Amino acid sequence: MKVDQLSIFLENRAGRLAEVTRILSESGVNIRALSLADTSDFGILRLIVSDFDTAKENLKAGGFTVGRTTVVAVEVPDQPGGLHSILDMLRDAKINVEYMYAFVTQSGANAIIIFRFDRTDQAIELLEKNNIRMVPGETLYKM
Amino acid sequence: MIFDVENETLPREDLQKLQLRRLQDVVARVYENVPFYRKKLDERGVKPEHIQQLSDVTLLPFTEKQDLRNHYPFGLFAVSRENIVRIHSSSGTTGKATVVGYTRRDIRTWAKLCARCLAAAGAHSGDFVHNAYGYGLFTGGLGVHYGAEELGATVIPISGGGTRRQAMLLRDFGATVLTCTPSYALHLCEAAKEMGIDIRELPVRIGIFGAEPWTDSMRTEIETKLGITAIDIYGLSEIMGPGVAIECAKVKKGLHIQEDHFLPEIINSDTGEQLPAGEKGELVITTLTKEGIPLLRYRTRDISRLNTAPCRCGRTTARMERITGRSDDMLIIRGVNVFPSQIETILLETEGLTPHYQLIVTREGNLDNMEVRVEVDENVFSDQVKNLQRLESKIEKNIKEFLGVTARCKLVEPKGIERSEGKAKRIIDMRKP
Repeated sequence: MKVDQLSIFLENRAGRLAEVTRILSESGVNIRALSLADTSDFGILRLIVSDFDTAKENLKAGGFTVGRTTVVAVEVPDQPGGLHSILDMLRDAKINVEYMYAFVTQSGANAIIIFRFDRTDQAIELLEKNNIRMVPGETLYKM
Repeated sequence: MIFDVENETLPREDLQKLQLRRLQDVVARVYENVPFYRKKLDERGVKPEHIQQLSDVTLLPFTEKQDLRNHYPFGLFAVSRENIVRIHSSSGTTGKATVVGYTRRDIRTWAKLCARCLAAAGAHSGDFVHNAYGYGLFTGGLGVHYGAEELGATVIPISGGGTRRQAMLLRDFGATVLTCTPSYALHLCEAAKEMGIDIRELPVRIGIFGAEPWTDSMRTEIETKLGITAIDIYGLSEIMGPGVAIECAKVKKGLHIQEDHFLPEIINSDTGEQLPAGEKGELVITTLTKEGIPLLRYRTRDISRLNTAPCRCGRTTARMERITGRSDDMLIIRGVNVFPSQIETILLETEGLTPHYQLIVTREGNLDNMEVRVEVDENVFSDQVKNLQRLESKIEKNIKEFLGVTARCKLVEPKGIERSEGKAKRIIDMRKP
């Protein structure tokens, strides 16, 4: 149920983001989801891509510092309280959300939220136990 | 006023005789008591009795800052520890600081020489000295402090920092002499202005500034903004601290070296060859009277030239030109000496970091700012902002702790640091000289 996320270190200056998308485009890699965390000096770009290894290899060759982070993709019912019920059970289990970002798929009625937990394995176990639907990496990459 | 008329106005012939006698004495002392020098002199086949005239100084080996580090902490001391009454030290990472020790007589000499400097700058007994040089291991604060007391002045040992409080006390106490780094003088002036205090209207009339290079245009700026006479003082902890040389208020053309205690030379810093009088090169100093840690031909790395022409102030001592540069990569940040290698050591001691860094020095207003750019590689990279920010603060904290200087750390992409012809450009100093 784990998903590989590509994290990229970016200096906060014009053109750096475009350089990442140029490399991905030339490598034929598709971006499934993304989020950018920023400070005044630097940013961390987090991507779920169609082909993790190709993307990582080519970005590294392009001079970027990249990392692999394990995240979890959770399907959240598109209705009031959908996200809340999930966060509620995480809180009770004292699992911390480091960050998260959401996207909506073309077909599905549900939103997909990418979670970065402080304790990933425990979080997966908890979500499985409560019958929360998660999207496996392989499915997500090809979506 | 000349504080020590006899010694500061010796006819040059007599001065040179005195220097020779003292040079012979110091060479004999270090040969006897400092294994480092005995070995060096033996290697060159030089015995103390070979020093027959002042020009024989060129027979002696140089001493480098690295020699002090290699013998950290007390390896170059020429007397037993019980005879050392004070220790000072320059900033440095662990094991890399340069440590100096003073005997009771060294402290007395230092006080007298600093008193001479204050007098040359126009201060006298009864003056009120606001001493904003840092107190502690740094020699600036205590050096000037003892000199002011020796002169018979009143000292306010305010030390560095707390600028608003400094401005308030400068006004309330009515100090007549200000001692600090030249950039701090301007900073203090700005801070005072914001508080509605115009230093020009205060009783302060003399400023004695050193510990960092400055120019005549900066002097003009200080003199205009503060309404004082600004005097350049020179010193370095390895030789003694402040008080090695001073401008006289009367002429303000070059700094009088206290030649009865220090023997200056100018050398070509590449070849080590002594240069004829008047030529520009690296200043080298031999301490003639120091007991705790006498140094032969210490390479200051400061670029200057010597002028032995008589000065209108009456002093006969040689004058060194204002320092115009350095022959190494040392930076002076707010009066603190910083070597890029020290920053490198700190980075390497921080887990996972590569030594790919760059120092950017700027002057904002009147204060120096240093930014340390560090490349982020996979070892330290994290997908979480807080981890990278923690790394930045850790680097900043270590630099502050080891070097005593505030720096801002900025993480950059790998190869984000400019390389010229494959070689990384470590320092970008954007301050005007």
